[in-house]
Amino acid sequence: MTSVKTSSPPSPPPTGKSPGVALHAGTSNLRALIMNNLRQSGIYVALVVIVGLFAVLTDGVSLSPGNITNIVLQYSYILVLAIGMVIIIIGGHIDLSVGSVVALTGAVSAVLVIQQGYPWWVGILAALAVGVAVGAWHGFWVAYAGIPAFIVTLAGMLLFRGLTLRVLDNISLSPFPADYQQVAAGFLNGLLGGDGFDAFTLLIGAIAVAGYAVSGFRTRVARVRYQQPVESFPLFVARVVLVGAVIMYFAWQLAHARGLPIVLIILAALVLVYGLLTRRTVFGRQVYAIGGNLSAAMLSGVKVRTVNFWMFVNMGFLAAVAGVIYSSRSNGAQPAAGNMFELDAIAAAFIGGAAVTGGVGTVVGAMVGGLIMAVMSNGMQLMGIDQSIQSVVKGLVLLVAVAFDVYNKRRAGSSR
Amino acid sequence: MDDTILEMRRITKTFPGVTALSDVSLAVRRGEIHAICGENGAGKSTLMKVLSGVHPTGSYDGEIVLDGKPVHFRGIRDSESQGIVIIHQELALVPHLSIAENIFLGNERRGPGGLIDWNRANAEAATLLASVGLHENPVTPVIQLGVGKQQLVEIAKALSKKVRLLILDEPTAALNDIDSAHLLDLLRRLRDQGITCILISHKLNEVTAISDSTTVIRDGRTVETLSLASGEVTQERIIRGMVGRDLDSFYPDRVSSPGEEVLRIENWSVRHPSQDRLVVDDASLDVRAGEVVGIAGLMGAGRTELAMSVFGRSYGRDVRGRLFVRGREVRAHSVAEAIEHGIAYVTEDRKRFGLNLIDDVRRNVSAAALGRLARFGWVNGNEEIKVAEQSRRDMNIKTTSVMAVVGKLSGGNQQKVVLSKWLFTNPDVLILDEPTRGIDVGAKFEIYTIVNRLVAEGKAVILISSELPELLGMCDRIYTLAAGRITGQVPVAEATQENLMDLMTKDKERVG
Repeated sequence: MTSVKTSSPPSPPPTGKSPGVALHAGTSNLRALIMNNLRQSGIYVALVVIVGLFAVLTDGVSLSPGNITNIVLQYSYILVLAIGMVIIIIGGHIDLSVGSVVALTGAVSAVLVIQQGYPWWVGILAALAVGVAVGAWHGFWVAYAGIPAFIVTLAGMLLFRGLTLRVLDNISLSPFPADYQQVAAGFLNGLLGGDGFDAFTLLIGAIAVAGYAVSGFRTRVARVRYQQPVESFPLFVARVVLVGAVIMYFAWQLAHARGLPIVLIILAALVLVYGLLTRRTVFGRQVYAIGGNLSAAMLSGVKVRTVNFWMFVNMGFLAAVAGVIYSSRSNGAQPAAGNMFELDAIAAAFIGGAAVTGGVGTVVGAMVGGLIMAVMSNGMQLMGIDQSIQSVVKGLVLLVAVAFDVYNKRRAGSSR
Repeated sequence: MDDTILEMRRITKTFPGVTALSDVSLAVRRGEIHAICGENGAGKSTLMKVLSGVHPTGSYDGEIVLDGKPVHFRGIRDSESQGIVIIHQELALVPHLSIAENIFLGNERRGPGGLIDWNRANAEAATLLASVGLHENPVTPVIQLGVGKQQLVEIAKALSKKVRLLILDEPTAALNDIDSAHLLDLLRRLRDQGITCILISHKLNEVTAISDSTTVIRDGRTVETLSLASGEVTQERIIRGMVGRDLDSFYPDRVSSPGEEVLRIENWSVRHPSQDRLVVDDASLDVRAGEVVGIAGLMGAGRTELAMSVFGRSYGRDVRGRLFVRGREVRAHSVAEAIEHGIAYVTEDRKRFGLNLIDDVRRNVSAAALGRLARFGWVNGNEEIKVAEQSRRDMNIKTTSVMAVVGKLSGGNQQKVVLSKWLFTNPDVLILDEPTRGIDVGAKFEIYTIVNRLVAEGKAVILISSELPELLGMCDRIYTLAAGRITGQVPVAEATQENLMDLMTKDKERVG
């Protein structure tokens, strides 16, 4: 054992420095990749397992075109909320008020459109304005008055629920005009024809796959040019093919149902925009910095108050978007609308890998977390499982996900 | 062999990358006040943490012998059950609980049925308070007491645990002269009652005044144990033991050619954020381009507080004084403004204040000047990688990739990341607060080389350090700070460890 040996495989091929580095560079160490991203890859695996499990348990009904469309329609507003929530959680805060804000914004919209007879878009703009105002209210108290977000938004939860009751005068309003209903119930269908399926939906799916592949490849090329480690090329191809296949399968199923839901377009646009916002903008990076180490962020010149303020304004805006979608889907406004939505959104963020202590989390992760919850609820509903059991299962999944996160962190901490 | 209560034999304690204690031995006689002296970072606190079980048995090498029997402490509870109680520098009282509740915290006086017997607790607390000379009602919340009285509560708490060996870590650091005198009197009385004390103190006048013997520690090693009973050992003699270290050529050479003044503060005063006392008192100093100016001071002298208050008022309240950058008076009321004026502050506590430990090298490097990498709020990720790679090469940061998480790097490499972050803000003046604390010798040398390179490029550096040799080896001029006041300014040619230490301990000049 005196000779110096590295843990390289027995017969390493000579490393030829070919010009096409972007194609061949990188580590092929799949295991290291998985271990390094255990938290992230873990939820993807969990999602696949849960989808597979319910596909079997429901004899494939859960993967039928109609049901997939249903899941999208039914849980889109939770996913919209989860986008804002994960940003709040990364920043080290929490927002308990979003359910009430969903109700309030929907109520304002319903009063204007249903009661006062304004056109649909006036209702939507008013709802968004109310959402932004609510966010600014929370942001003021958290960022400038220094009150913990838990308290501020707990107060907001009561406050805006009360205002909802006031606005609606304690009654439900219904129905919205057809235009308004399109937001949540509309489809883009038949634009390009197709025999028994919608060609347009498939085209959009194909564009999404191409976009994913191209942007992935460009990032990879840049990384290689800056001499950063990247995954091995076969692994990269495998990833693109796998994601592409999932997207195309998804599009195929939608195309055989009612086509491309408008709400899915809204959601996809939001995920794209907020994915970039969190990863690529100064604002997004400062959110991570604040959540990761508040003192260090302050001493690095980050304007902590300003960033915290806008985080909450953004949450208010997204809660309003969810409010519009929800009111459109339920075709009206009810005093109890959006009850407990905040908990679903928070659960989505945490299952999706956000850390309780802040500084960690991704928009995509929160979407996967939300989908895990959605597929589970939907599957259990299909199976006719009692509401009580559904609640128990969802609670346990949340607990296990966060316990896994804490365990991981402790292990990482002790190896330091 | 005389009556030895405690012996620590050949204690060696290492942290990843650093040896904190190396073969340290200590023998304490029963019923004496035994002082432990040494510079900041010499290993005094680590030694006491080993003794009290904070670093449990097995995490160090060596042997602890109490009353002739080897002991193995797995935690504070173990050592306290043997009558060893440590009072830390930062008091460990719960502010909103009463004196009695604090005294018996974790050790509650129970009556029948397991419920706490408050009458008994308060009565016992009153007795204990009387024995430490504190005349307060035991039900008073601790937050209403001054620091000096809180210190006495800590001692009363120790007495309640049937203490035999009381360890005090810098007990007078936060106290004024009157409170300090009271405390030292109390220690004498406790000794007369048979309680052995280990006293860690920077204040050598106190050490010579009340200790029976002192052990000097330097760089994690025992230097000597001096008996103070005869009264022949002077403060100067102890200082010699504390600092006696050969400088050799440990500090890279530098040609000094100071240019024009870059930063100047005048009549700078800072109030403690929650207590009513001045932490920095009417300080004035300046630094020129191409110059390294040192600030020497003992713990609690206000060095960090001075630096942070200059750096966008990130410490203290009621900051007064004038700040000039390149001869022009500027306003820097926020960190962002300070950075804009070309001031950078490299913190003494990189884990708490310097780094986002859960993020990677790349993003830590860019954190203080993300705007330089962004257009219309969009960060150029490729440029960022380039900057981080550049820093990695310039600073010789040892990491597999700039995407590596900073928390997993060694202390020296973390410090280089912090330095990189501040250099990327393109500062004119760098305030380095203990830049080599907790990093190994090789990395220290690298940091010194980097500092010299920066100075050669015309940057101004203010170096705060507890290690006098470091100041002597690196600086052009050294200011000394004691109790918030500048007590001297010495050109390096005239400075010695002895005359600096003398200026740093000039506590008596303190103005009421």
